[in-house]
Amino acid sequence: MANVPATARVVVIGAGIVGNSLVHHLARLGWRDIVQLDKGALPNPGGSTGHASNFIFTVDHSREITDLTLDSVRQYQEMGVFTQSGGFEIARTEERMEELRRRMSSARAWGIEAELVTPEFVKEKVPFIETDQFIGAFWTPGVGVVDSLRAGTIMRESAMATGALTVVPTVEVTGMDVEEGRIRRVHTSGGDIETEYVVIAAGVWSPKLGDMAGVSIPLTPAVHQMISVGPCPQLAEREGEISFPIVRDMDTFCYERQHGADMEVGSYAHRAILHEPEEIPSIEQAKLSPTEMPFTSDDFDPQLEQAYELMPELLGAEGAEMRYAINGLLSLTCDGNPILGESLVKGLWTAAAVWIKEGPGVGRAVAEWMTDGHSEIDIHHSDIARFHPHQMRREHTRMRTTESFIKTYGIIHPAEQYESDRDQRLAPMHESQKKLGAMFFETAGWERPHWYESNAALLEEYGDAVLPREHEWDARWWSPIINAEHLRMREAAGVIDLSAFQILDITGPGALDTVQRTCVAQCDVAVGKVVYTPVLDAKGGFLSDLTVMRLGEDHFRVVTGGAHGMADRKTFTDQLPSDGATTLTDVTDDVSTIGLWGPRARDILASLTDDDTSDSGFGFLTCREIRVGDITVLASRISYVGELGWELYVPMGDAAELWERLLDAGAPHGAVPVGIGVYGTTGRLEKGYRAYGAELDGERSIVEAGMQRPKVKAADFVGREAYLAQREAPPAAVLCTLTVDDHTSASGVKRYMLGGEPILAPDGGTLTDGHGHHPYVTSAGSAPSLGKHVLLAYLPPDQATIGNELAVSYMEELYPVTVGSVDATGLFDPANDRIH
Amino acid sequence: MVDVLVCIKRVVDSSSEVVLTEDDQAVDGRFAGFTTSAHEECAVELAVRIAAATGGTASVLTLGDADATEQLRSALAVGCTAATHIVADAQTFGPADVAREIAAVVRDRGHDLVLLGNDAADSGDFQVGIRLAYELGRPVVNGVATVSVEGSEVVAGGDGPDGHETYRVPLPAVVTVLEGGVEPRYPTVPGRMKAKKIAIEERTPTAEPSGPKRVRLLLLPPQPSDVQILGKGAEAAPAVVDLLERLGVLAR
Repeated sequence: MANVPATARVVVIGAGIVGNSLVHHLARLGWRDIVQLDKGALPNPGGSTGHASNFIFTVDHSREITDLTLDSVRQYQEMGVFTQSGGFEIARTEERMEELRRRMSSARAWGIEAELVTPEFVKEKVPFIETDQFIGAFWTPGVGVVDSLRAGTIMRESAMATGALTVVPTVEVTGMDVEEGRIRRVHTSGGDIETEYVVIAAGVWSPKLGDMAGVSIPLTPAVHQMISVGPCPQLAEREGEISFPIVRDMDTFCYERQHGADMEVGSYAHRAILHEPEEIPSIEQAKLSPTEMPFTSDDFDPQLEQAYELMPELLGAEGAEMRYAINGLLSLTCDGNPILGESLVKGLWTAAAVWIKEGPGVGRAVAEWMTDGHSEIDIHHSDIARFHPHQMRREHTRMRTTESFIKTYGIIHPAEQYESDRDQRLAPMHESQKKLGAMFFETAGWERPHWYESNAALLEEYGDAVLPREHEWDARWWSPIINAEHLRMREAAGVIDLSAFQILDITGPGALDTVQRTCVAQCDVAVGKVVYTPVLDAKGGFLSDLTVMRLGEDHFRVVTGGAHGMADRKTFTDQLPSDGATTLTDVTDDVSTIGLWGPRARDILASLTDDDTSDSGFGFLTCREIRVGDITVLASRISYVGELGWELYVPMGDAAELWERLLDAGAPHGAVPVGIGVYGTTGRLEKGYRAYGAELDGERSIVEAGMQRPKVKAADFVGREAYLAQREAPPAAVLCTLTVDDHTSASGVKRYMLGGEPILAPDGGTLTDGHGHHPYVTSAGSAPSLGKHVLLAYLPPDQATIGNELAVSYMEELYPVTVGSVDATGLFDPANDRIH
Repeated sequence: MVDVLVCIKRVVDSSSEVVLTEDDQAVDGRFAGFTTSAHEECAVELAVRIAAATGGTASVLTLGDADATEQLRSALAVGCTAATHIVADAQTFGPADVAREIAAVVRDRGHDLVLLGNDAADSGDFQVGIRLAYELGRPVVNGVATVSVEGSEVVAGGDGPDGHETYRVPLPAVVTVLEGGVEPRYPTVPGRMKAKKIAIEERTPTAEPSGPKRVRLLLLPPQPSDVQILGKGAEAAPAVVDLLERLGVLAR
């Protein structure tokens, strides 16, 4: 056995599927002096990999997770440890069938072979299933099982063969030293290691290790129950590990997976059973392994009954006994995504809360990210930098995972809101908003009004122009009041609470350089100018899009969305010069923002201030302080809804008062409070404005998004070289705005897409862009001022022509759509006359 | 038609490092979980077989807190058809107390044969079987691995110091069982489902515990393990063969 080396370039903690994939890819990418530690023995050191059921269903609603899964499958296949079995997801209810139709949308969008089939089709392949228990199924022939322990060994050995890797099992990490914000040293039971990088890939133990360096890795160990029943004669007579497709019984939250002569039954239906990382038994204390906790049969009994009803002849077969039963520990996070990337401690990386189906893909992506600063697959929904302070609490993770555990196989609406641990961040005008009947949605812990019931009276005024939705699913987490607020804003004005903005002040001698290096747009502008800019990674993919105000020669204010604000904060912080003279201050909790937009916005603001609000006196894309009575406000003339108006930045203590003044002064002009439903969707989509996380991500370019400006600034910035190259080449895909021409479904009910649906040829044929990807809807929503439902999608360039007629598939029916815009030009007010 | 009663105890699974509770009064089961000891699992298996062979019944009994129903259900899942739960804190009941409580049930029901484990896996008192037999005035056989019923006799066998021993005692009788004579079965899915539906009879103890009390449990210091590396690869083969011969696994 190897001894613990005194020095390393990188220490990878953990030899589960993630750590093993990571050392393999780091070595492949040229890293040397890699040291991999695990407190357990190899090849199964006792973590979650060792008891995983090891099957892979490929279709997920998330593109990021799907891409990581597909990449992992490819890697498992290359290693020869993948056995294709096919898989069914069966529906016991009509509601579930509808969800499976939605799953077909995702399959088509991601280009994965799948089809909806009858119970008889399932019985053909799984003869021991009872067809009277379900009404249909989603069939994915590419589903399979892997040998994750073997894969881990292969990857570890490939890294060792290059001489890049030293593996030291049965050594426990006991501490980490952070000096000047950088990881320096790892203490282990076998000695200390001086190192430049550390990756925590320790699964359920990761939070405990993160704590050693003062870093929150907010995941919780949670129980997933599993039993193994056998020998079943029906299975024993077949050769090999698996010869029947895996069945996911979606409505009972169970799965049945053949493993040799045994049938494994796993469940996500029991109560959430959470543990603390510190309370996981040691290897010596554990009966089986630390992550195979004692089975609590009472929790499992209801599932047993349902599984038996589905496969009575198999599970009740003569001689078939429950030979193995565990409460297996796995890692859950507050939003269901993995935790990847560099922490706030420089050089300390994380790769945790990863399932077997994503392991090798995550290993590759994180290794690329560590090597190049970006990865081929965009993994920013999993970035550890995404967490806000309230999400770093263990309590938050516990409450959210308790709520979401039961939804592991659940039907989750794209707009569904969590119920637990809400009210973490309340805007100063929250009480006022409650009185106005605000329907609160959560963003980054902030409670944001999505619409106001106080505006319900507008519904009558606008009638069918609010584009009501007949189908419950389409109208869930939605209200026609949003569209009424929209119409009133376009007609008069709207007052919008934007407190969730993440606001970062960068000051000091290096402020200009920091902003210039980070942002694509020219930020060396006159004081008082406002700049909208993309932020790129080195390969020219989007890291963000945001606005920058120059408040002084050495003072810039960066304003970005709350959801992605913490990651943006890290992006800018990473660009600060090391001398300490230039600082980034997060003023999010000190400054509130209120938007005022609409044709009457100027009249309303002018009635409250003596300062000049005329177009000539306060031009578009400028900002300056004004006085609203006794309140000092930083007003910025910009718009995300395509109307005349301002973002008004005000100290938190004055925000509630300013809010009331705006509503009072606005009322005679017809202004109403307007929710994020308008700001984030309807107002934005009519104008073709792009959103990070929907249209913009690491796999998209400025050119594809149709956002290129005539010139590129001379100053250097991250991604400049790649961006210049992108500008020279024809785009592989073009972001387009489409409108739905007819919403009528076969049943006569009008249906409204919500996003994620595939765009197809009019006859349903597949379209493919220059990346080999298939177009899908990145954002969908009402455009009340156009009387249309609008979709954004990246189309193959040859399909990106105005007037081109295509189709969108929604719940397995085709609806005709027409391309309305092939660049960033809005369908509404294309000349942008209204913002002046 | 033999009516068998098998007595079991909820104990911490002792197959890993033993952890004591903070008050040193019990073994802590939060890591290893709780189980029925191997001796008692064999006793349950024997009870079920005897019931099947004679067309009789196998009932299961425990004295323990509310959580002990888990062990009763496990016994029901492998073939017992009735269960009695004397609800009490097992930690405060010494062997004399437990024997008295079991005897009360047996007197009520008249079970022909009472099977117990040779000793409890946690407290290791080795007394309940003998005390129970004394209370009931029945013959008792201790520490046997196989038990069957032939006519009105119990035939019990096991390895003794001088070879295999076989005992024949008349029914009604008490027998304590050592593991190793039979392979306990795992529950089946239908068995587990059936077990869930059987009503468990709950009883309160007939008297307060009066026997000797435990002061506290002590953990022995861990035994240092001695690892001797015999060699590497093919060169180690002669040393391995030599060792296996010395251990008697291979004939010399």
